[in-house]
Amino acid sequence: MVRRRRGSALQRRQTILAWIFLLPALAVVGFVAFYPLGKTVYYSFTDQQFLAGLQPTKWVGLDNYFGKTGIIHDADFRHSIWVTVEFTLITVSIEFVLGMIIALVVNSNFKGRGVMRGVMLVPWAIPTVVAAQMWKWMYDDVFGVINDAGVRRLHLLHHSVAWISQPSTALGSVCAVDIWKTTPFVALLLLAGLQVIPNELYEAARVDGASALQQFWRITLPLLRPAILVALIFRTLDALRVFDIFNVFFGNRTDTQTMAIYDQNTIVSIGDVGYGSAISVAIFLIIGLFVVIYAIAVRVDEG
Amino acid sequence: MKHRGVLALVGVTGALALLVSLSAATAGGASKAAGSRTAAAAVKPPKVAGAAALKKKFGGQKITFIGDNAVGSSHKRDLLLVARFQKDTGIKVKLVPHPAASDAAYSQLARNFSSRSSSIDVMMLDVVWPGAFAPYLVDLKPYLGALAKKHAAGIIQNDTVNGKLIAMPWFGDFGILYYRTDLLRKYGYSGPPKTWAQLGAMAKKIQDGERKDNSNFYGFVYQGNAYEGLTCDALEWIASSGGGNFIDNGKVTINNAKAAAILNTVRGWVGKITPRGVTSYQEEDARNAFDAGNAAFMRNWPYAYAASKGTPVDGKFNVTVLPHGAGGQSVGTVGGWQLGVSKFSKHRGAAVAFVKYLTSPAVEKFDAIYNSNVPTIPAVARIKAVVKANPYLKPEIANVTRVTRPSRYLKTKYNQGSQLIYQAINQIENGSNAKSVLPSLSRRLQRLVG
Repeated sequence: MVRRRRGSALQRRQTILAWIFLLPALAVVGFVAFYPLGKTVYYSFTDQQFLAGLQPTKWVGLDNYFGKTGIIHDADFRHSIWVTVEFTLITVSIEFVLGMIIALVVNSNFKGRGVMRGVMLVPWAIPTVVAAQMWKWMYDDVFGVINDAGVRRLHLLHHSVAWISQPSTALGSVCAVDIWKTTPFVALLLLAGLQVIPNELYEAARVDGASALQQFWRITLPLLRPAILVALIFRTLDALRVFDIFNVFFGNRTDTQTMAIYDQNTIVSIGDVGYGSAISVAIFLIIGLFVVIYAIAVRVDEG
Repeated sequence: MKHRGVLALVGVTGALALLVSLSAATAGGASKAAGSRTAAAAVKPPKVAGAAALKKKFGGQKITFIGDNAVGSSHKRDLLLVARFQKDTGIKVKLVPHPAASDAAYSQLARNFSSRSSSIDVMMLDVVWPGAFAPYLVDLKPYLGALAKKHAAGIIQNDTVNGKLIAMPWFGDFGILYYRTDLLRKYGYSGPPKTWAQLGAMAKKIQDGERKDNSNFYGFVYQGNAYEGLTCDALEWIASSGGGNFIDNGKVTINNAKAAAILNTVRGWVGKITPRGVTSYQEEDARNAFDAGNAAFMRNWPYAYAASKGTPVDGKFNVTVLPHGAGGQSVGTVGGWQLGVSKFSKHRGAAVAFVKYLTSPAVEKFDAIYNSNVPTIPAVARIKAVVKANPYLKPEIANVTRVTRPSRYLKTKYNQGSQLIYQAINQIENGSNAKSVLPSLSRRLQRLVG
């Protein structure tokens, strides 16, 4: 009885000490993450305007969410969610497949492997806005190199295509740029995962007469699962809040607005901070949903 | 050993990436710089009046000026004027160009004002902004009231909010038609098109003919991107066809048959007599196409006149009023820029002195000749040398009916309203029928007007 109390006193002291050590870190996290988040949630219940001082800010409760002009009636926002999800599904799945292939290739032994590993990172190292502007020129229907190659050199196209302007090809062209740019990142994450798989496993499998395909399905894929999940989580969260490429390519066009573009536009261009904050909260919840799905996937994986 | 290899690789990768981004940047710079050479480069910025007194009072102070973007020779003009002002008065001016798209420039200022920052002293203001920014701007009437009387009364009225002169007019703007005189002659036309239908037909004929030698040739280019410029272009199409000015006398009028008809005509142009990509063109994209000799007609602002000097089309083009629709008359959307002083400025005296210099008759004359901008002082617009440098100041062009964007009715919600307009027009350009787009645009605008 006495010992237990003394033990808990020591424990308590250690707990307090731990909290003291954690406090600076918590304060920083609280300041840079929770304070803005809380402020955004607070604004979403008001009609706050960007140019403050013109009219007093009013508390409007849940009007921004469920009111007559609230999010649930906002067709533009609904459309932007759809655009974003479509973009995410297309890019993440293709990036994953290509990234896996590249990772397997550069993980095998061949001459110049080191150079290959470096070169494959080039697209990823270019700032996104610069890369997007470069691609925008390449896609141009008058002087763009893609149309020039397609129409005049390779004769694959009948006439010049305005890849970005035309609604039917707009999303595809933006996905292609993202895939070009981010596949190396996925490959890099998967490569890191591949390198921690012990070689003995493959040796043992070979001794047992397993084919290359069997080795991949039975050894590589199961052991790579943590790396795959990390890559997918990173990419999905990134893709869901995509802004830069769409901003360079489409400006304020409605048919290709992502959630982040619509939100930025609402807050900064239109100046409706209250409603924009409500949209931010909605985006937060949507992305949160994906995180929960992945978290469950990880849990199942571990269990 | 292995680690060093990896490091070297990372270095190589970084260097490669840097190279790529650099070459992309220079490519962009090259396309912008083409044609900014001005025939009137010999004109020099005028002296600052009363410079000695200013030097004594404000010398050594430092102000920040949000000036023009790098369109045409505007940024160079800013640099010259700033250098002259600094030399004469000893007031240091930090010149920061504003973003190219005016809606982006608007949000930059909005951000600055809402944080009550003193980091901007003098800024350029679009003709549609005074209503939104008035509470944050210094009343210039006590300082510059006499100078203001020299400027066109209409613009001074636009810049006066609740009896306060919150900005001084700097230069005006209105939409005009650029056309290739050599091509018109080649295809047997005696003059530029009078109606939009004529423009369509002429553009088609010239394009079909020129395509044999130049597969990149198009009949007509304009500002079709989803941004403020499209609101200006669309206002001209609609108003010149008798379809109103989006909002008239406080009532939204955009949903009418004449507006729908001309907008559907425009929809028919896209990809036929214009590049398909015109729906992402801004001013400079249109000018680059025209200046490269790849277009017969262009809608643009007067700045493009001086900017086109020294390009392949130099001497081969002329300007006139924009065409009109059946039963309508030619119009030009009013654009133009004002100069304001921030209420949060810590150097109000120096800032006002700078504005006084820039909006003086001498500088307006310099700007008109150097940069082919429309003077806001009528007396300057009549000076012979100015008219000679700017053919659009000839009375038959300069007296065209001006139409204004609906900032008067939308006030602080102007940006939101304009955005609804240009997004809807952009949808039509991209294939939607105007008859199905305009009713919802009308409803949404009406909600803003209240």
